[in-house]
Amino acid sequence: MNGDAILLMVLSLAVVWGGLVVSILALRARSERADFPSGGEDDHREDDAITERDT
Amino acid sequence: MSTTTTDTSPPREQFTGQVGFILSAIGSAVGLGNIWRFPGVAYENGGGAFLVPYVIALLTAGIPILFLDYALGHRFRGGPPTAFRRVKKWLETLGWFQVMICFVIAIYYAAIIGWALSFFVYSFTLKWGDDTAGFFTGDYLQLSDTANGGAWFTLDFVPAVLIPLLLVWVATIVVLVGGVAKGIEKANVIFLPLLVVAFAVLVVRAIFLDGATDGLNALFTPDWSALGDMNVWIAAYGQIFFSLSVAFGIMITYSSYRKRRANLTSPGLVVAFSNSGFEMLAGIGVFAALGFLAHEQGVAVGDLEGITGPILSFVTFPAVVSQMPAGPLFGALFFGSLAMAGFTSLISILQVVSAGFQEKFGLTRRQAVLWIGIVAAVLSVVGFSTTTGLIALDTIDNWSNNVGIVASAVLMCVFLVWLLRTSPELRYHLNAVSTFQVGRWWYVCVGVVVPAVLLYMLVSRIVDLAQNGYEGYDDTYLLYAGWGTLVVLVVGAVVLTLPRWRRSPDDFVAWPPYPPVTATTTTKGAAR
Repeated sequence: MNGDAILLMVLSLAVVWGGLVVSILALRARSERADFPSGGEDDHREDDAITERDT
Repeated sequence: MSTTTTDTSPPREQFTGQVGFILSAIGSAVGLGNIWRFPGVAYENGGGAFLVPYVIALLTAGIPILFLDYALGHRFRGGPPTAFRRVKKWLETLGWFQVMICFVIAIYYAAIIGWALSFFVYSFTLKWGDDTAGFFTGDYLQLSDTANGGAWFTLDFVPAVLIPLLLVWVATIVVLVGGVAKGIEKANVIFLPLLVVAFAVLVVRAIFLDGATDGLNALFTPDWSALGDMNVWIAAYGQIFFSLSVAFGIMITYSSYRKRRANLTSPGLVVAFSNSGFEMLAGIGVFAALGFLAHEQGVAVGDLEGITGPILSFVTFPAVVSQMPAGPLFGALFFGSLAMAGFTSLISILQVVSAGFQEKFGLTRRQAVLWIGIVAAVLSVVGFSTTTGLIALDTIDNWSNNVGIVASAVLMCVFLVWLLRTSPELRYHLNAVSTFQVGRWWYVCVGVVVPAVLLYMLVSRIVDLAQNGYEGYDDTYLLYAGWGTLVVLVVGAVVLTLPRWRRSPDDFVAWPPYPPVTATTTTKGAAR
């Protein structure tokens, strides 16, 4: 491969795969917020444990 | 958990967590376009220099519009018709327009996955022989010879195409009936790692073939003068836009299945960079293989024909496979990868349609999937498993993508950002739930850059199609199959807007409230 092509290949991979690695590391470091606005609780999940029903 | 509410509507389905969502979103974004479109587009638009507009397009259009989709679906908790209607009632039609695009794409996309399955099987015996072009269009597709008076539309079914197509539809319906967590997510958890491993093996093998470096030279040697050509920039924006599966409802639908208190932007960055990372891998694999083919044929890589699209996959690649050591294994890996990449995208495309019908017509998941799946499968078989399937596919793909999706994106940006001024609310939503904060730059991207570039693409494409037709196909045929597709999309969107909702989607308060309230007075009930 010629020098320009090698340089551009390395640069392309560094930018795109580097971006991927950085974004994964950033997500691992802070996967969810610690503070949410109040509210925003979800309904029970279909695939949760068996739903308790009021009798 | 006790259920004291009188609301009898079932709870919204959810991905089991962040990893499941990310894998499913990557599975959707990584599709056939990553493998067969990116390498050729990069090569034809400046080679290594294409990196510059490509990365700029990723950062200024791909990621911002991905965030727009995420914010809409997650905040307004629904597929496109529900989400858009909750922004503004009349915007529901745009949601159905996106659903119609997905429906139309699904019916031909399945056919390509069927071809990949056939070629996966053919790989083991190298059934295509020496004349791979003749095998694909002649022996396999039995394509109607329109140049010599052959019909433009027939109902002459080709069993070798029809049988794998039916298998694809059965598999799709089975996965979608399983639901978001137990169907879509599980399929992605299985197929996405398999795809990455299979494709990585293929790429590593390819770069050690004789002549591979010639291919990589062709792909990466920069032509810096290309950066002064506006068409190269448009090609970069187009590639990023089509590759990420944005602006036609998929990412709206998927993000609506995330729990409310869920990080959106940081996973979004992982999805966007994974998609581009896979494209890069595909570029290296495809051009290493093309370099080998050129070496074997004693020609320059630049003299090879068929370096993009179906012809790359089903004509050029079989030729590579035939000439390389352990060809059958290489072929099986390639066509297996193609089928897996396509399948994980197909299920996401059809989930948009399923979600839309479930929400508006009060259908259960099973009802919606079976009805939609069977109708789509029938249309798919009638349109694309016949001797004119390739022509129909090529035509409908061009109009639904280059006109339909691009128009959908332009309308979405113009309505949300300019007309309804929703972007501050959506940005607030993204930042309230996410760890990566979206700055004001986002307004410029979704309000100016994306609509300006895409509007230029849209207008120039429409003018070109109106003046020059497409691929030399018959004008009357293009009127019905091409422009007719557009009519179907628009009429379908209007007709599906008209019926009453089985359960009104309008009784809804978005969470978190906007403008934000500082006191902690919001209750659980207010989140509904």
